[in-house]
Amino acid sequence: MGEILDLAGQNLISPVILSFVLGLAAAFFRSDLSFPEAIAKGMSLYLLFAIGFKGGAGIAAHGVDARLVSALVAGVVLSLSLPLLAFALLRSMTKASVTDAAAVAAHYGSISIVTFVAASSLLAGQGIAAEGYMVAVAAAMEAPAIASALWLVAWRGGGGERLNAELLREIMLNGSIVLLVGSFLIGWITGDDGLKQIESFIVSPFKGVLCLFLLDMGLVAGRGLRSGHAALSGGAILFALIMPPLGACAGLLAALLLGLSLGGTVLLMVLAASASYIAVPAAMRVALPAANPTLSLSLSLGVTFPFNLIVGIPLYLAVAAAFVAA
Amino acid sequence: MQMHQAKRVEIIIEAMMERRLTEALSAAGVTGYTVLPVSGGSGRSGEWTREGQVGRAGGMVAVICLVRPERLDPLLEAAFAVVERHIGVVSVTDAQVIRAERF
Repeated sequence: MGEILDLAGQNLISPVILSFVLGLAAAFFRSDLSFPEAIAKGMSLYLLFAIGFKGGAGIAAHGVDARLVSALVAGVVLSLSLPLLAFALLRSMTKASVTDAAAVAAHYGSISIVTFVAASSLLAGQGIAAEGYMVAVAAAMEAPAIASALWLVAWRGGGGERLNAELLREIMLNGSIVLLVGSFLIGWITGDDGLKQIESFIVSPFKGVLCLFLLDMGLVAGRGLRSGHAALSGGAILFALIMPPLGACAGLLAALLLGLSLGGTVLLMVLAASASYIAVPAAMRVALPAANPTLSLSLSLGVTFPFNLIVGIPLYLAVAAAFVAA
Repeated sequence: MQMHQAKRVEIIIEAMMERRLTEALSAAGVTGYTVLPVSGGSGRSGEWTREGQVGRAGGMVAVICLVRPERLDPLLEAAFAVVERHIGVVSVTDAQVIRAERF
C-alpha cells in the first residue's frame, strides 16, 4: 500500500501531471490561456510519430516476439467486448438512450493514445521496459469498438448508420491510426540506425512536448467539463470512474494469459482502461449523429482521462506488479 | 455596372461531414463552393471552440455557395439529405453577382 501511495505521489508531482493540472485549473478559473488548433494538432502528430517510431525501433532491436499476434488479437477482442460491458453499465446506471449509451460505450472500448503515452513515460521513468509492439496493439484497439457500438444500436433498434465500406475506410484510415502504424513500421524497418538519426528530435524533446500537450488537454478537459457538466448525471460520472478499473482488470487478465512483461501488462491495462476522445468521437458523429457528443466527450475527456492520468496509471502499475515480476 | 440576381447558401455543418456535403453539392450541379473554418460558437448542443482541439469531431465548417435562383431547390435537396440528422445551420440569402456565367 505504501509503495502505491509513493508511486502515486511521485506521479502527482511529475511535470507531466502538473502541466495537466495547470491546464485544468486555468480552464476552471476562466483564464484566456489557449493553444491554437494548429499547434495542438502539431503536438499530437509529433507524439504519435515519436511513440510509433520508438515502438517499431524497439521491435527491430529485440526481435519479433511470438506473442505479437496473440497480443494484437487480445487487443481487438478487448476493444470489441468492452463496449458491451460499458453499454450494460450505462443502461443500468443512467437514463442514457440506446444511442447515447452505445456512443459512450464505443469511446470506452477504444483507447486514449495520450494516456498510453503518459503511461509509457511513467514506465520509462521507473526503468520498466515494455514490449515495443504494444504500440501496434494500441492502433489495433482504436476501431473495433465502433463496430460493437453500431451493432448494439442495430440490435436495440436505436437507428444510425450501418458499418458500410465508406465508413469503414474512414475509420481504418483515421489520421492517428495511419500515423501510429506508419511510424511504427518506419521504426521497425530502419531500426536502431534510424532511431539514432532522429533521436535528437523524437527522444530528447519528447517529455517537454508531452507536458505542453497535456497542458492543452487540461484546458480542453476543463472547458469541456465547465460547459458540459449539465449533461452529466451522478450515475454517468460514477460510470466514468468505475469503468476504467473494470477495463484494466480485463486488460490484466488478457496480459496474464499472454504472459506479457510487467511493462506490457501495465500498458495493456491502461489501453483497456482508457477512453477515446479523438478517433471515436469523429466516427460517432458520422455514424450516430443522434447521439449527444457532449455526454461522450465530457465523460471520456473530462472524467476518465484525468482519473487515469492521476490515479489510474500508478494504481494499474501497483496491481500489475503484484501479479507480474519486474 | 450590371449586377445579376443570385442566392447565397451558407451551410454550417460538422467538420466530419464536409466531404459528404461537398460531394453531394457537386453531384447536384453546383459548380463551385468555398469552405471556411469556424472557430467556435454556441447552439442547442452547447458552447464549443476549436482552440486546442486535436480531433475533427468537435469542429464545424461553413460551406458557402452562390447559385442562380433556379438552381436553389436541387441544391437544397442535395444538402438537406446530408445535413438533416446532423448539428448545423442552413441559411439562404439574396445576393448579387457581377459575372453570372460563373454560377
